[in-house]
Amino acid sequence: MRGFLRVVADLYRSDPRCRFAFTAISIVIMFALMSFVSPQDPGSSYYAPPNQPPSVAHPFGTNSRGQDMFWFLTFAVRNSLVFGVITAILSRIIAISIGLIAGYKGGIIDRIMMVINDSFVVLPVLPLLILINFIIREQMSILQLAMVIAAFGWAWDARLIRSQVLSLKEREFTYTSVFSGTKTSSILISEHLPFVMPIVLSTTINNLLWAIGMEVTLAVLGLSNIGIPTIGTTIYWANQHQALISGVWWWIAAPVAISVLLFVALYLLVVGLGAYLDPRTRLQRMKGVLSDERA
Amino acid sequence: MGKSFLTYVIQRIAQCLLVVIIGITITFLIPRFSPTDPVEAVVNRAMMMGQFSHPDAVEMMKDALTKLYGLDGTLGQQYVRFWRGLLSGDLGPSLSSFPKPVMSLIRGSLPWTGALLLTTAIIAWVTGNMLGALAGYYADKRWSHVLSIIAMSLHPIPYYIMAFVLLVLLAYVIPVFPLGGAVAIGLKPGFNWIYISSILRHAFLPALSLVLVGIGGWFVGMRALVTNIVSEDYVTYAEYAGVPNRTIMYQYVMKNALLPQITGLAMQLGLIFNGALITEYVFNYPGLGYLAYSAIFAGDYSLIMGVAVFSIIGVSLAVLLVDLAYPLFDPRVKHQ
Repeated sequence: MRGFLRVVADLYRSDPRCRFAFTAISIVIMFALMSFVSPQDPGSSYYAPPNQPPSVAHPFGTNSRGQDMFWFLTFAVRNSLVFGVITAILSRIIAISIGLIAGYKGGIIDRIMMVINDSFVVLPVLPLLILINFIIREQMSILQLAMVIAAFGWAWDARLIRSQVLSLKEREFTYTSVFSGTKTSSILISEHLPFVMPIVLSTTINNLLWAIGMEVTLAVLGLSNIGIPTIGTTIYWANQHQALISGVWWWIAAPVAISVLLFVALYLLVVGLGAYLDPRTRLQRMKGVLSDERA
Repeated sequence: MGKSFLTYVIQRIAQCLLVVIIGITITFLIPRFSPTDPVEAVVNRAMMMGQFSHPDAVEMMKDALTKLYGLDGTLGQQYVRFWRGLLSGDLGPSLSSFPKPVMSLIRGSLPWTGALLLTTAIIAWVTGNMLGALAGYYADKRWSHVLSIIAMSLHPIPYYIMAFVLLVLLAYVIPVFPLGGAVAIGLKPGFNWIYISSILRHAFLPALSLVLVGIGGWFVGMRALVTNIVSEDYVTYAEYAGVPNRTIMYQYVMKNALLPQITGLAMQLGLIFNGALITEYVFNYPGLGYLAYSAIFAGDYSLIMGVAVFSIIGVSLAVLLVDLAYPLFDPRVKHQ
């Protein structure tokens, strides 16, 4: 844990991209947490005058259903974040298992797994998700939607993890454990997994980003449970009420602005983390520190 | 043209066929293993319209739909029938525009998606990589930093939001471009400037949103690749040897950096395709994405199936093309 905090502090200090990312993500998370102290229930409507532009009383205005956009969006952002995190964790479980097993076993198992894996990388996911959600959208909870999306979001990362394990397999310590009779499963979990954790971390954020974007896409098409407030369903309802044509632009602008902030921040974190983990830039950074000390 | 080149081509074609088979098998299995029966879903939606139907009529409707969707018989029989229909180009009639076959609807929209996807993917890839390479080569210049900030804030924006924001800004707030469609209504197709310019004007915003998101990604990747390659010994050596900067850049650096980007293009075509689908929906552009949306709207299950199947085939073929072009850039494939 202390090591983790040190990395965060290091990133915050050394990389302006990460500084922006941490700040923006903290703001979005705080915003989502405010849903717990919301005076309004997201399900209730017409408690405020409808179609009010942003003001002191309603910072993000109110929508045509008489809901305060600020409080409503705290729930929407919270649900979107929870959904994204669940999806990312579920698809990580698949990606890590497949990556570790294919990389360690090698041979024919690896071949078969990678052919399937590559097919999943290439397949256009959206039409398949449209098909699935078309059939079962009405009764889909956040968890079920996360399971469906996670089933299509692991392939690229599994390949990255596999390529790392391929090189770990040839290392001395792996041979030592094999010869001392360690079980394959515990070699994979306690010896190899720690090494691939950094790459898992950065792909997790990437996956989170992708999943939340996918939810927006599906919701806008009317293909998710439109009764649950999320960033996507907020935009869906605004479109249904023709918010732009009737001039209620804040109904759309607020969720769009928050999601753009969140997406850019998460992406910058991925880029910053990638640069931090890359041994070559790490070397350059150390050189920079050394020359600073000399000066 | 050695033997290894031939193996490479055969391998790629086999992988492409496998993607198609796996993808189509998934499409086949989804409705059959989902907790809700598609027939049930369509019937329920029809009942929700408020009409009272006689229970016998509902039963008959269910039977008819089960047959129409090919859901009768054992799983094996269904699977064989599914492939046979697909290979003979028969995907059944579309329910929302009955009795038009699904096939003819898809044939009408495939060229629009194909053209939009191909042009934007190429424009984004070429410009993104060119700019990224320049920015990576001159990594400590000010403009290079500014460009990467722009690229990094454009790329993560979901296609839907990018398309939507452009639509609002450039067709609604400042109405320079049409709100949607592919050509002006009532214009006769023909090979004349009015028709072509109308197509271009209508395609501009959808294309722009796809290109903006795409460029960002290629730019960031290429810039990172080139900054790493520039610090390699052979580049430093070339610099000391007095090789002109242009030559180093194009002959030494870019040639190497492009290879992972070509593989990346093949890997990301599926993602780009998803983007094209949703962009078409935003701009009412008459491609596969718009077709999918109208199918969702009308509850047309067989049309959605058709769109999914053709998306898989189309994307796999496009990936195969990129894979087959790869040896043109990487001589190692031929001489291994």
